[in-house]
Formats: sequence, C-alpha cells, structure tokens
Amino acid sequence: MDRHHHLPDDLLLAYAAGSLAEGWSLAVASHLTYCLSCRQRDGALEAIGTAALEEMPPEPMDAGAFEACMARAESAEAEQPGNVVAGSNTPAPLRQYLGCDIDAVKWSPLGGGIRQHLIETGDETRARLLFIPPGEDVPQHTHQGLELTLVLAGSFADGDEEFHAGDIEVADETVDHTPVSGPNGPCICLAVTDAPLVFRSWLPRMIQRFAKI
Amino acid sequence: MSDAAGATKQPWEALLLAVAETGDRDAFSRLFAHFAPRVKSYLLRQGSSPSQAEDIAQETLALLWRKAGLFDPEKASASTWIFRIARNQMIDRIRRRKRPELDPNDPLLTPAAEPAPDRQASKQEDIAAVRSALAELPEKQREVIMLSFFEEDPHPAIAEKLQLPIGTVKSRIRLALARLDTLLDRNAHGES
Ligand SMILES: [Zn+2]
Repeated sequence: MDRHHHLPDDLLLAYAAGSLAEGWSLAVASHLTYCLSCRQRDGALEAIGTAALEEMPPEPMDAGAFEACMARAESAEAEQPGNVVAGSNTPAPLRQYLGCDIDAVKWSPLGGGIRQHLIETGDETRARLLFIPPGEDVPQHTHQGLELTLVLAGSFADGDEEFHAGDIEVADETVDHTPVSGPNGPCICLAVTDAPLVFRSWLPRMIQRFAKI
Repeated sequence: MSDAAGATKQPWEALLLAVAETGDRDAFSRLFAHFAPRVKSYLLRQGSSPSQAEDIAQETLALLWRKAGLFDPEKASASTWIFRIARNQMIDRIRRRKRPELDPNDPLLTPAAEPAPDRQASKQEDIAAVRSALAELPEKQREVIMLSFFEEDPHPAIAEKLQLPIGTVKSRIRLALARLDTLLDRNAHGES
C-alpha cells in the first residue's frame, strides 16, 4: 500500500478508538468513502476495539436496568437507513458539513484564481475546501503540524506523485511542498491542518491573516 | 430463539437478527446481560461517573434495539456493532465531540460492495481470533494497544502513565500492531 495516498495506522487507530479530533476525522471519513483498503484496515482496528470491549471486567448494572432500557428502547421509533443523495459528487460526511455538494459552496477568493471555503469544526483543527484552477501552483507552504489533503475533484501533483479524486496526501512539518493542480479542470480538495499554514511566497501576509488560513 | 439448550452457543448475530426480525425480547435480554456490564465498564474506564456510565450503557443497548434493523451480519459482527454504538455515545456524551462518519449507503462508496471473503467465516470468529492474538502479545505491547482505546489523548497519556518518551509510545504501538497482524495471519493460515 502506498502510504502517501492512504491513511497511516496511527490516524486510523485514533479514528477507530474515538480519540481523533473532528477535522482529521472528517478527512478520514471522507477518504474511507473512496478507499476499500483503508476501510478494511479501519475494520481490522475496530475489531481490536471490539476485543478490548469484550475483555472489560463486567460492571454490574443497577437493579431494574433491563426494564429501564426496554422502556427507552420502545420510547422511540426504530431507526431507518438515512436518505442518500443520488448523483452527489461529495462524500456523505463532508456533505453534512457543507449542506450541499462541493460545486455549490460559496467560495472566497484568495488571489491567483485560488478560492477557499472554511468549514467550522468544534476543536483546534482547521478544515477548508480549496479550489485551484487547472495548472496552478498551490502557494508553496510549510506547516507546523500535520496536513491532510483529500482530492475531491480534478487532481494535483506534488513532486513526482499524482493525487486523484479520493487520494489523500499526508504531510507533516518536514514536508515543504508545492502542489500543482492537474491540467484537466480545477482541483477541489479538502485540506485539514492543526496549525496555520505558513506560505513561503506568493500570498501576502495580509491576505493570509484576512483569509484565516 | 426459544431453544434453551443452544442458548449458550447462540452467536450474538443470531440474537440480534431475532431482535430485528421479531422484536424478540428474550434474545435482547441475553445481549443485554452480556454486553451492558461490559459497556458500563468501558465507559467507567473512559472517565465517566458510575451514574453516567449506567445511563450511557442503558442508552447504548436501547440504541442497539432501535438500530437492529440496520444490522448486516455480512459487514460486521454483532459485538463490533455494539462497540461502535458505545464508542459513538462515549464521544458524544463524555468527550462532547462530533464524529464525522462514513455512510455505508453512500452512492460514492467505491467499490460499492465489499468483495466476498475467501472463506465463509463468521465475523464472530474474527473477534475471537483478535482476542486470542491479543492474549499472545507481549504484555507491554498489549498494554499500549488497550490504552489506545481508553484514553482521550492516548500518546501523551500513555507516555505519562508508563514514564516513556512519546516517540517510544508511538513505536511500541506500531510494533504491537505489526505483531498482531503477524499473529492473525499465522493463526488464520496455520493450524485451524
Ligand atoms: Zn486509503
């Protein structure tokens, strides 16, 4: 498995255990939609969590717990499968955040034809959609922490590696990269960081502050 | 489900399907008796108070009843289904975080159908295999894996608990996962 296009075990383990922060989890859940191999790995890690649950020393429930549970169970309707949106090009977990498909979001210009759409998360992670016109450099940048970039439409190349719809790039602070969007149509990606991006060039600091990158 | 003789060997999947298909309370009471005390124990281990753990354990099993119709034994074992509900309740109620999740019915899901497994093993057996592989792990490796499922911020918490540098914690987890893979592979392809 090519680790540059898939999720490493530490992120998948944290996701399976329930300790992964919201923004990362959004990128993970969205990538899982496209990727059977990471889905299977997630399933294997959930099986470890299940084994851990089975190993727990049983803690006696209160008297009358079963009857109380039955009453709760029957106080609401059985759950039905959720509505799926046929023909959507946006993974369901991301769609829940956007309230629409990726081609219907409101963009804010960042200059050079590049646009972004910020996604609210309840924690320290910062998530955004980026829209990069064909053949355009994403401004060269470094970051202090981790950056996950999931391609949703189009493609980008970083060095000699290409990323297409569904592929995820996992970059840490040692990576100083200059992704370039592919020539055929704009590249739309979900980018998640836990620290502000630091642009080396190209984008004035004023815009960086204004755009909350 | 009224066959009392077979009850102890009844796989959880059959009980959960009986809940889904006929609202079988007897089947549900057996699931409750086994899983509710373990879910409560898991929640206590996550730092909830005894009354909150009791409450969320009851809620988890109540959700199991309501979601029974969505259960697909081809895709998960009943115990994994319960683990997911308990974990998601824990994230929601104890950690007060949101958890973005894959939608198993998403039309974008590729490939839409999982490939058929090469042998017709029940998912229940898979969990049993993971449990025995976990038991074979060196104690230090087993410990970091278990702690990864119980701590809110596992790497720093484990480092503090075991008085180890974070780098050592991370590499020990990696080693433990690799060892587990080897054990599961060997046990699956070796003697049955
Ligand atoms: Zn993947």
